[in-house]
Amino acid sequence: MADRLLIKGGLVIDPSQKLEAVRDVLLEGGKVKDVAAGLSKKPALKDVEILDASRQWVVPGLIDMHVHLREPGRELDETIATGTRAAARGGFTTVLAMPNTEPPVDNPSVARFVKAKALSDGAVNVLVAGAVTIGQKGERLTEIGQMAEAGISAISDDGRPLMNSELMRRALEYGRDFGLAVIDHCEDENLSAGAPVHEGARAAAKGLRGAPGAAESIMVLRDIALSKLTGAPVHIAHVSSAASVEALRAAKKRGVPVSAEATPHHFALCEDDAPGYDANFKMNPPLRSRDDRQAIIEGLSDGTLDAIATDHAPHGPGKKALGMALAPFGVIGLETSLGLALTRLVGPRKLSRRGLVERMSRAPARILGLKGKGSLAKGCDADITLIDPEASWTVELPFASKSRNSPFIGLRLKGRARATIVGGRLVHAL
Amino acid sequence: MAAKHWDRKDLLGLESLSASEIEFILDAAKSFSKSSKTFDTLKGSTVAFLFSEPSTRTRSSFEVAARRLGADVLGFSVAASSLLKGESLLDTIKNLEAMGVDYFILRHEQSGVLEPLAPLTRASLVNAGDGAHEHPTQALLDLYTLREKKGRIKGLRVVIVGDILHSRVARSNIHGLRKLGAKVTVCGPSALIPAGIEAMGVSVSHDLDESLRGADAVNVLRLQLERQNQNLVTSLSDYFGGFGLTAERLSRSPGCLVLHPGPMNRGVEISSEVADGPQSAILEQVSNGVLVRMAVLSLIQGWRTRRGR
Repeated sequence: MADRLLIKGGLVIDPSQKLEAVRDVLLEGGKVKDVAAGLSKKPALKDVEILDASRQWVVPGLIDMHVHLREPGRELDETIATGTRAAARGGFTTVLAMPNTEPPVDNPSVARFVKAKALSDGAVNVLVAGAVTIGQKGERLTEIGQMAEAGISAISDDGRPLMNSELMRRALEYGRDFGLAVIDHCEDENLSAGAPVHEGARAAAKGLRGAPGAAESIMVLRDIALSKLTGAPVHIAHVSSAASVEALRAAKKRGVPVSAEATPHHFALCEDDAPGYDANFKMNPPLRSRDDRQAIIEGLSDGTLDAIATDHAPHGPGKKALGMALAPFGVIGLETSLGLALTRLVGPRKLSRRGLVERMSRAPARILGLKGKGSLAKGCDADITLIDPEASWTVELPFASKSRNSPFIGLRLKGRARATIVGGRLVHAL
Repeated sequence: MAAKHWDRKDLLGLESLSASEIEFILDAAKSFSKSSKTFDTLKGSTVAFLFSEPSTRTRSSFEVAARRLGADVLGFSVAASSLLKGESLLDTIKNLEAMGVDYFILRHEQSGVLEPLAPLTRASLVNAGDGAHEHPTQALLDLYTLREKKGRIKGLRVVIVGDILHSRVARSNIHGLRKLGAKVTVCGPSALIPAGIEAMGVSVSHDLDESLRGADAVNVLRLQLERQNQNLVTSLSDYFGGFGLTAERLSRSPGCLVLHPGPMNRGVEISSEVADGPQSAILEQVSNGVLVRMAVLSLIQGWRTRRGR
C-alpha cells in the first residue's frame, strides 16, 4: 500500500479552519500533507493511492470520548478488537475507553495492558481513562501521576458517581496538575437507588422505581461549584436532564471551565419510546421525559453540550434477557451514533454540518487535550472520516460489536460513514 | 359484550386485558361458586409453583384451585428454589417444562420479569405477583367480591389506600377497576404515591377522611413494616393516625365495603374492629380467590386444549 493517499473531490468540513468547501486532501506518512483544490491535477503526484470522495463529506476523524471496551475481564461482551472494529464501522478514528473493566484501570499496569492490547488488536486509536479512586470505590485516590506516565488521557470513575465532594475536589485539582480531563458520572445515588428508569408516569404504571432528573442535576451543580472553587476544568458525562442543561448553560455564561457530552440515545429517545420491559432501553442515566430530550437537543444545538459521545456499553444477550428490573444498564452505540446524529440533528437542522463535526471530533479533541486530532490542518494526524450524507440504511444485525444490545435495531437512518481512515490507513470502507 | 372465549396462553396482568375478557373470567368464577365439587379440567396437567418471595395465602389459594381442577401440583420451597441460586428464571422454566410442567404460577420480587419470558416457553405462565407491577388474580378476586356485594362495578367509587408506590395489588386493581368503569382514588402520604400515577386514570388524595366520603369501597393495602426504616413513613403510629382505617373513620361511610389483600397489620393500616366488622369482606375475598384462580386455570386450559397442548 502506498504511503500516500489522495482523497479526491469531497466536501471538506473542518471547523478548525472554518473550512467548508470541495477540496482534495493529501495524506502522507500518517499526517495531513495538504488540503487544497485541484491537488489531483498536479502532474508531479506519483505513487499515490486515490480515494474518490465526490458527493461525500471529508471530516476530521470522529472521536468518541465515552466507550466501554470491556477488556480486560468481560471479553464475552466485547474486546478491544471487536469494540474498535465497531468504532471503525461507525466512522470513529479514536475512542476513549472507560476504566470500569475487571480489574479496573486503577493502576499503571492495567493502563499499560490496555494500551499495549490496543496497539496490537485495535482497529482505531484507543485512549485510556484511568479510575479516580482505587477499585472505583470512591474512597482513596489512585496513583494518578504514575497512570499519567503510563499514558492515560483522562480520569473518571464512570459507572459510579463520586459521592464524596471532598474527593471530587481533589480529583479536579490533581486532574489539572497532571493535565488530565476529569470526567464525572453525575448521579446522587441516594435519589436513584434501585431505579432502573426515569421517575414519572411510565415508571409508576410499570411498578418500577424511578430516578428523578434531580439525581443528576444536583451533582452537576455540585461539580460546577467545585470547578468554580478550584478553577479546574470538569467534564460532565452523558447529560440527560433539562435541569442539568440549564445549569451548564448558566455556568458557561459565567465562565466556569465546564464541558459536557450527550449520548445519541438521549437525543433520539425518551421514556415513552421504551416498549414494555425491554432492557435494551435500560441505561444509566435513563431515558427521560420528552421535555428533557428537547433540552438535550437544544443543548447540542447551542453548544451548551460540547460533544456527542455514545457511552457504548456492550452486554451479552443473556444479561439483557431478563427484562428491565434485572438487566444491567447500558446500550451499544458506536455503529449507530453518526447515523442518528445525521438523521435526528443535522437532517432537521438542529445542528449544522460544521456543528456535527464540532460535536463529534473537534470538541472531544479539545476537551481531552489531544494534539493533532479534531482538525485537518497541515501536519495533523491523518485520521479522517468520509461521510455519505445521502445513504439510507437500516440498523440491523450483525454488528461488528460482540453485543447487540441496541434500542435502534430496525430503525431507518439517513447518512453513515463510507470510509474510516486512521493514521493514513483505510480501516473501514463500504 | 362478553368475550366468546379465552384466547391467551398466559395471564401476566390486567393491563393487557379488555373489559370483556375480565368479565369473562368473573363469570367463569361465578360458575364455580355453585358447588364445592372437584373437576377434571386439568387432569393430567402439572402445575408448578416458582415463588422467589414467601407467600402463604396466594400460594395455598392457587394450590387449592389447581387440585380442585384435578391437576398435579409441584411445589418448591423458597429456600430450595434455584431462583435464589443464580440459575436464571428462564433456565428453570425450560428445565421444568422439559419434565412436562404445563403451568407455572410465579411470584418474583422484580417488576416485569415475566413479560419477556412468556413467548419463550410453551408452558402457561400465571403471574402471582411481580414486584410492584401486577398481581392480576388478587385484583380479579377483589373485582369479583365487589361485584358480588355491590351488584356491579361500573360507576362505583373505590378508594385504594396505602403504599401505592410498592403495590402490585394497587396497579392491577387500578387497571381492572378503570376498565370496568369504576372511579378510583389512590390515597396515602406523598412519599408512598409515585409521581405520575394520575396518568393511570386515578385521582390522588392525601386525606383519607375526604376520600372516604361517598366511597362504595375501600381497599386497604398492607404497609410493609420496613418502610419506617427506609424513611418512607415517619412512624407506624403516625401512619395509623393519618391513613389507618378505624371504625370512627368508617362510621361516616356506612355503605363502604372494606377490602384487604392480606396479610393484615392490625393497628397499622386497619383496626381490628374494622377488619372483623360488618362492612369487612376480607374473608369472603379469600374464598373468592379460589374461584377466580379456578376460572383462570380452566380458561387457559381451554386455550391449551384447542391448541393441542
